[in-house]
Amino acid sequence: MKYKSLAIFLIISSFFLTCILSIWKIMATLQGLSFTNLNVTPVFLIGIFLSLAFVLIGNKINHLIKIFSLSFIFSILYFYLNETSPYWYIFGVFLITLFFTNKLKKYSMQSLKEDFISEKIIFDFITLFGIVFFAFVILFPFYIMLVTSFKTQIALLVNPLDFSLDFTKNLTELFKSYFVIFETYNFGRYILISSAVSIGTVIVTLLFAIPAAYAVARLNFFGKNFLSTSILIIYMFPAIVLVIPLYTVFSQLGLRNSIFGLLIVYTATTLPVAIYMLQGYFKSIPKEIEDAGIMDGQNWFGIILKIIIPLSLPAIASVSLYVFMIAWNEFLFSLMFLDSPKSFTLSRAIQYLSGDAETPRQYLMAGSVIVTLPVLFIFIYFEKYLVSGLTAGSVKE
Amino acid sequence: MSDSLSKLEKRTAYTLVLPAVLLVFAIVLFPIFANVWISFKDIELKDIRIPEPRAKKIVESISENQSELKIIYKLRNSSLIQEIKNVQFQDKFPTNVSPVNLDPRCNFQTKKVICNFGNWQAKYRENFEITIQNYNGEKIDKRIIRSQKPILSGKADNPLLTTNFTLENFKKVFYENNFVELLLTTFYFTFFGTVGAIIFGILAAQLVNQNIQGRTYMRGILLFPYVGPVVALAYTWTLLLDPNSGTLNALLVNFNIIEQPINLLGQKYITMSILGFEFKLRLALTTVIFFEIWRYFPLAFLFILARLQAIPQTLYEAADVDGASPIQKFIHITLPQITAIISILFMIRFIWNFNKFEDIFLLTGGASGTRTLPINVYQQGFAVSDIGMGSAVSMVIVMLLLSFMVIYFRLIGKRANEV
Repeated sequence: MKYKSLAIFLIISSFFLTCILSIWKIMATLQGLSFTNLNVTPVFLIGIFLSLAFVLIGNKINHLIKIFSLSFIFSILYFYLNETSPYWYIFGVFLITLFFTNKLKKYSMQSLKEDFISEKIIFDFITLFGIVFFAFVILFPFYIMLVTSFKTQIALLVNPLDFSLDFTKNLTELFKSYFVIFETYNFGRYILISSAVSIGTVIVTLLFAIPAAYAVARLNFFGKNFLSTSILIIYMFPAIVLVIPLYTVFSQLGLRNSIFGLLIVYTATTLPVAIYMLQGYFKSIPKEIEDAGIMDGQNWFGIILKIIIPLSLPAIASVSLYVFMIAWNEFLFSLMFLDSPKSFTLSRAIQYLSGDAETPRQYLMAGSVIVTLPVLFIFIYFEKYLVSGLTAGSVKE
Repeated sequence: MSDSLSKLEKRTAYTLVLPAVLLVFAIVLFPIFANVWISFKDIELKDIRIPEPRAKKIVESISENQSELKIIYKLRNSSLIQEIKNVQFQDKFPTNVSPVNLDPRCNFQTKKVICNFGNWQAKYRENFEITIQNYNGEKIDKRIIRSQKPILSGKADNPLLTTNFTLENFKKVFYENNFVELLLTTFYFTFFGTVGAIIFGILAAQLVNQNIQGRTYMRGILLFPYVGPVVALAYTWTLLLDPNSGTLNALLVNFNIIEQPINLLGQKYITMSILGFEFKLRLALTTVIFFEIWRYFPLAFLFILARLQAIPQTLYEAADVDGASPIQKFIHITLPQITAIISILFMIRFIWNFNKFEDIFLLTGGASGTRTLPINVYQQGFAVSDIGMGSAVSMVIVMLLLSFMVIYFRLIGKRANEV
């Protein structure tokens, strides 16, 4: 039993180490190092020896001294097994090994005798592996987007693997793509339009949604249940089936290529979600507070303005951010309704840029960075509000 | 007393709700009905512009005599296919100015010329001239004449509003449109995209729910693909997957994992052999599905994580006392707790994936076997310019969606409120 779990432990842990080192190697390759072999087998083998040494030594020496010396020996072995590599790369290997051996801390010859230890080992390392895997798969495209915007098309065609940035160049050289898209492709204007449309959508949506959500949450009227179920159904309805009728009607009314037209459509499509999110929150406000307001002779308008809104600022904030992100990211309607570069939103402008096969990719990626940064910034900064809003059962893209 | 109060309450409620309802009705519900109408009409993109009479005004001097001017109106029918009936024309002039030798179709009233041009055929064009003269012999200011724009009006049929209907669009949808393949592609995309997103969502939620360091950061990072703008993400992936200079292919070739770059987004089929069985994989479709999973698993992750965190820890402690293994704990405690949310997620994501347009459009444009129903709406309506046909495809989507929703509410609609 003990040897079976030992074997599983060695294989799984070494497999995990091999995976992180391969990712490290891939990242290093993208810095222009010319590795041509992942060397999976030798790394896996010395990984097994590393884990074996770790559990064999056990508690005989201090943990810190143990992991440092083991990682050091491993790095030196790695250095000799691999193609010549610079010292920063080997230092990275050393740090990774340090992290890895530190994770092994809870395993010893004793602990390998516990119940279900092999399942626990598998679970432990799958968790670690999963986290590294997910983080890599998600962040990698964002990383590529960012670094491509600093490179040039020619350099990337010559060596598609060299994403190293030359910081000795002056900043204007480095940020050249950004200057070009602002100067030649008018991105300043598109940022303004996108911001205007998104902020406008937020304001108009709130103006319509707060009263409606209040009525749904608090007042009794005929058709209320019907209304709340239709809210749910409507936001299931796809934009793609609205596109053709809206296109024809907007063409005839002259609302195409107008920011106003876009604003109406965005507001109408985000309203159901906004009402749904807000009414849920309004219901949680104690009714007694409003009763006090009624006693003071407030009318409904006063109650909404002076009691409901101040009390539900967090919910309103989360709805606003949410609506802002939907409007900012929206693409389908801006594709259909805007064909004059004068009224493009950022998303539409980037798509328009890509339509020209001659457009160098770094401009495309610089545009992408510009359209992505604000939403990621908002998201990271206000994550708490947004996540609670998302999980309130309201989801819309 | 209470009766009047409840009346007041009702009236207030309607006032509060009405603006939102009207807006949603105009932009969301009305188009769905309009779709039904358009789908039965033979109508093309060029038909939807209402034809209008137009005039471009050009002012010229005739001679040295500055009290006389010639005005040329370049008149035309903006439509290439439709007639405009009963075109009326009107232009204003300053005081003391009158036209000379006015066209018989027109007459001069104080300070304005009104003409009745009758009917204009499609593509109608005419250069219409008026010579004006100041009868006091004073100079006429050209700028004033130029700044006055003529007003034209006319009646034209709006092809959208006529009542000739046809079943041709639906015939074309079902018989000339590769309908079965279209439907199959849509279902592959929808089903595997949904299932994949949920599986990865469960995995990610299970990971983040462990006691690991920095799990709030991890939760934030995992949501990046979901909150990022689709245009930016799709183009980044297109670049990554590019066969000629894309990073992914370059890496795989560099490390000798593949010999030749693979055109992941441009190749319809790839032949794979596993255990001696050869089969064809829809390559581009699979890639698009993986992008879809990458982009939408965060949503499943978020919902499942919220549910996982609500599971009482005591259940796991009790299982530990009973000596349950991690796998047993997952199967017997975790899974039953998340089945409800998974079934809801499945339906929501199924419906949304079914309608997904942007992702496929930006990645492949619907080429190499990735043509789904929403892509087809766009292709028919805007690439082929057949609005009626596009509408008919939309109708197919609506009908399928309605049936999904009926199933959804029958099966789990009631349970949705409990979760």
